[in-house]
Amino acid sequence: MTAGTVTPYQPYRPGQQAGRDGFAQVLHAEWTKFRTVRGWVIGLLAAVLVMLGLGLLSAGGSSHTCQTSGGGPTRTGRACLPTYAVGPGGEPVDDSFYFVRQPLAGNGSITVRVTSLTGLLPPANPNASGPNGPADTRPGLMPWAKAGLIIAGGTNQGSAYAAMMVTAGHGVRLQDNYTQDTAGEPGAVSAASPRWLRLTRSGGTITGYDSSDGTHWTQVGAVHLTGLPSTAQAGLFTASPDYNVVSQSFGGTSTTGGPTQATAVFDQLGRSGTWPAGTWTGDAIGAGGSGPPGAGAYHQNGSQFSVTGSGDIAPVIAGHGNEGDPDFTITDFLLGTFAGLIAVVVVATMFITAEYRRGLIRTTLAASPRRGRVLAAKAIVVGAVTFVAGLVAATVAVIAGTALGNKNSYVFPVSWLTELRVVAGAAALLAVAAVLALALGTVLRRSAAAVSIVIVAIVLPYILAVGSVLPVGVSDWLLRITPAAAFAVQQAVPQYPQVTALYSPGSGYFPLPPWAGLAVLCGYAALVLGLAAVLLRRRDA
Amino acid sequence: MSQAVPAGSPGPPSLPVAMQAGLTGLRDALHAEWTKLRTTAGPAWLLAATVVLTVAVSAAATAAVRCPAGTACPVDTTKLSLTGIQCGQAVVAILAGLAISGEYSSGMMRTTLTAMPRRTTVLAAKAAIVGGLVLAAGTAGVLGSVLAGRLILPGHGFTAARGFPLLSLGDGPTLRAAAGSVLYLGLIALLSLGIATAIRDSAVTIGVVLGLLYLSPLIAQAVSNPQWHRHLEQAGPMTAGLAIQATTGLRGLPIQPWAGLGVLAAWSAAALIIGGLLLRLRDA
Repeated sequence: MTAGTVTPYQPYRPGQQAGRDGFAQVLHAEWTKFRTVRGWVIGLLAAVLVMLGLGLLSAGGSSHTCQTSGGGPTRTGRACLPTYAVGPGGEPVDDSFYFVRQPLAGNGSITVRVTSLTGLLPPANPNASGPNGPADTRPGLMPWAKAGLIIAGGTNQGSAYAAMMVTAGHGVRLQDNYTQDTAGEPGAVSAASPRWLRLTRSGGTITGYDSSDGTHWTQVGAVHLTGLPSTAQAGLFTASPDYNVVSQSFGGTSTTGGPTQATAVFDQLGRSGTWPAGTWTGDAIGAGGSGPPGAGAYHQNGSQFSVTGSGDIAPVIAGHGNEGDPDFTITDFLLGTFAGLIAVVVVATMFITAEYRRGLIRTTLAASPRRGRVLAAKAIVVGAVTFVAGLVAATVAVIAGTALGNKNSYVFPVSWLTELRVVAGAAALLAVAAVLALALGTVLRRSAAAVSIVIVAIVLPYILAVGSVLPVGVSDWLLRITPAAAFAVQQAVPQYPQVTALYSPGSGYFPLPPWAGLAVLCGYAALVLGLAAVLLRRRDA
Repeated sequence: MSQAVPAGSPGPPSLPVAMQAGLTGLRDALHAEWTKLRTTAGPAWLLAATVVLTVAVSAAATAAVRCPAGTACPVDTTKLSLTGIQCGQAVVAILAGLAISGEYSSGMMRTTLTAMPRRTTVLAAKAAIVGGLVLAAGTAGVLGSVLAGRLILPGHGFTAARGFPLLSLGDGPTLRAAAGSVLYLGLIALLSLGIATAIRDSAVTIGVVLGLLYLSPLIAQAVSNPQWHRHLEQAGPMTAGLAIQATTGLRGLPIQPWAGLGVLAAWSAAALIIGGLLLRLRDA
């Protein structure tokens, strides 16, 4: 034979078979296998049921009882909870501070110099007896004690606002509508290094500026407030959050202990625009927070104002950071994901290992010799089936859990987009874990080893991170690099840097952003799936 | 009866000989189970993995914790250096589960029960051999973990001068925690063996055992009612059983150390009894 006359070898393919060799057929075959094994279908149903059951247990298992100090009727459930003010975004907020205000009609601006911020903290030894008076307190400031300028929609708690402020430990900030926070000039304020602040209103937009000399101004940011009335309340404010020290070392501990207060000194007050009232009014918004009555006050001495206040203007932090904290986030209703995960991993592993045990794999590979396709079809079938089951379970658990939880406690509201992400994320977590289990089952061909490795790799790091003696830093690393990172996709409420609280995995805050966490698990699954594809081709079945 | 027909008597096996074979009982069953475990590759690897994983995870957890100068470190160093048990128990669960579910998947179970028709004896022999091996491996793992803690902790700020004496088995609570951790692994093996006898499938067995162990702390954590929370921690096999590792803050524990190990023992006994009953009642 010479090179020019070679007829390429054409394998015999019967015409009828050609159409039946496609990927759709392999997929259909795998789906038929899955659907007709009773144990696997039961396993998947069990996963759905335990997810629902544990979600409802979590929502219902927190019937609280409480009693007003000094005797009174015993109350249960919701009656035990404080009523939260609701911010413009629908989230529960803290809104209590001392406000020295005047109405500002239409556009205008206000400028002030801050020369000092000092404060009082609760006694260092909380067991020391004595009346809760100034004698027991000690000088000091919470890092997020704040004072400055504010333009607010009104004096009701939860009003829209924008504020330029100096803080004790975080420099100058522009904050608006409770959740937003922009950094300005760093450093603490003192008589030697005062800060000038300015807020300018133009329609619905409020712009904040800061300066360290009163002549050179820097724009910190501009915020748009929807629903700001044409006559807003503008002026000076001071707030100081409750004493709360978070130790980020062992297990993450949080010490809370009573109200604090801060006093700021202002001068060089300048205004432009229309200010119809002409005189200043002092108001303790939200009754000055949990501070002692009369903690808020202001004194005007010529052009100098001294404003003392307590409380905070910030979002309420969700989570079980404190013992017996009765509130919920929708994450709590997805506790069952762990149980569902175990059931799903067992089913997905057996989807391949049962074929090896029974010898069916030889028939499968004889019928469909392209082994990569078989693995892909199996992964798609088990992933899709698990995703659907997880989606149903998570949706019902969140909806029913919210209804039940709101009945006997308080569920932190989240946007529908977040709710969708949390629910779809839980389903995706289960689906990716199922693919990982399938791939590992293909690699090991032993169900017991594959099941336990996947469960241990996903669940154990979470348990170690949440409930053990490991320091917070190590827990955070465990939840960054192990497959357990994927649980971040279930985090419902964001971490607010402008509020001091215990943001640990145990109280529902993960070190990675939601989708990044899920991506870590996807990475592991892709890696093992690739290895499985290579080994499936190389090895005899 | 054994006098009537001496062992090794010539001729075709008669009924008395067969009965004698059945009566030789536990010792032969033990020997048979020991041979099975000794001559298959899996158990040896799993026992080695138990030791290595227990020591490795313990050492990693201990190495991750530092006590910087000038801070109070509320750490139970004994419990910390025994963290690896939480990972090692998963390997123990596989080993014990496979000891019986492996026989079901290969059909060996029918041979075993034909040779030794007394099913309870078979299960007891398996429990004794698996339990004994796990206790041996657990001892090695725990000793390695304590040694790792002894070597690592002083370099990380946990010095005797700051109230953290060198880990030593001569110390009563530490000895109790270490010995209790070995017993914990043994009880986990019995729990897994019992569940495997009832379920007969290795994958499902592992899922159930690990679910039982790992879910109980998570469920307890999610229930915020303090009363329920405490009861769940007292009842969960892992939360109660691991109370044996605590050497500080005993008053704050939901359950006292030995009582907690007793709860786990009750779980294991219940699993073995249910497994044994099902083994007797069902066809193999």
